[in-house]
Amino acid sequence: MSYVLIILGMAAITLLIRTTAFIVGERLVFPPLVRTALGFVPVTVLTAIIVPMAVSPHGNGAELTWRNPQLVGALAAVAVSALTRRPLLTIAVGLATFFVWQGVVLR
Amino acid sequence: MTQPDRFNEFVAGARDTIPMMIGAAPFGVIFGTLVTSGPLHLWHGQLMSLAVFAGSAQFIAVGLLAANASFVVLLATTFIVNLRHVLYSATLAPYVAHLPLRWRLLLGSMLTDEVFAVAWAHYRRHAPGTVGPYHFLGSGVAMYVNWQIWTLAGLLFGAAFPGLQSLGLDFAMVATFIAIVVPQLVAFRYIAAAVTAGVLAFLWQDWPYKLGLLGAVLVAVAVGVVLSRPGAIRQRAMEATR
Repeated sequence: MSYVLIILGMAAITLLIRTTAFIVGERLVFPPLVRTALGFVPVTVLTAIIVPMAVSPHGNGAELTWRNPQLVGALAAVAVSALTRRPLLTIAVGLATFFVWQGVVLR
Repeated sequence: MTQPDRFNEFVAGARDTIPMMIGAAPFGVIFGTLVTSGPLHLWHGQLMSLAVFAGSAQFIAVGLLAANASFVVLLATTFIVNLRHVLYSATLAPYVAHLPLRWRLLLGSMLTDEVFAVAWAHYRRHAPGTVGPYHFLGSGVAMYVNWQIWTLAGLLFGAAFPGLQSLGLDFAMVATFIAIVVPQLVAFRYIAAAVTAGVLAFLWQDWPYKLGLLGAVLVAVAVGVVLSRPGAIRQRAMEATR
């Protein structure tokens, strides 16, 4: 089987998944229940992506310990975001905590 | 919108995506490196990044191709792994519905996890239809170009970067998503939905094809919807008496 054909097939499927709701455009009117449900998508999907990355960064079980820089950095970011709601400050403090923890504290 | 405004919006979108670009860089390099060790030609790897532009699906596809999986298995896997993008485009659809079709196709084609996060964080502060597409476009183009560059770096020099994964650059994505999510946790129903999503995604992370992620999101959204019902009823009652 031609690899190019497989790649183009994958591209077509991905494009279809990503654009179907966009193609429908203004004719797409969601019922209230669906609108309520979609309102929870960002918060849930972004949390679902990052929690495993922070809690088990090596993919083999929970590392709920202060020796896990991903977890410590994430908790610092959560605290800064909850207190200040400032995205850039949250990212900066989270990254700084993570790299200092990984490179200095655990050294 | 004037020309400089469009440009500024585009740049702002790209700028808001910088942490995501840092986070995606190691994955691009690792993807490129994986291609060099499998049955694909180098240009196949770049073609996949150019045409598919979906990290998780590309990783899994390289593995499946090395294992001689069939065409149907590859397409079905791509479909399942990328299914969460349906939720992204449904969530953002009201904000792009007024645009010409070519704009909607262009923006949709760039809708990765990261671009969704950035675009939504920008749109949610405004009513649908009041914000132009240039911020979204800037984020998508930045992410797309970034993915091509790091794929190419992996294809050409992948073997020169051992231990790239241990640097933890992907933490930039974690920090950015936290900066977007935490300010949203303004009511109990959002907190409950987020906690459900996080716990289930952790417990189900070993499910194949990212199905654990999808399942966690669906259950968490259901929790949010159930908790929204009394509030929604009260609101409707208030509107009726107005």
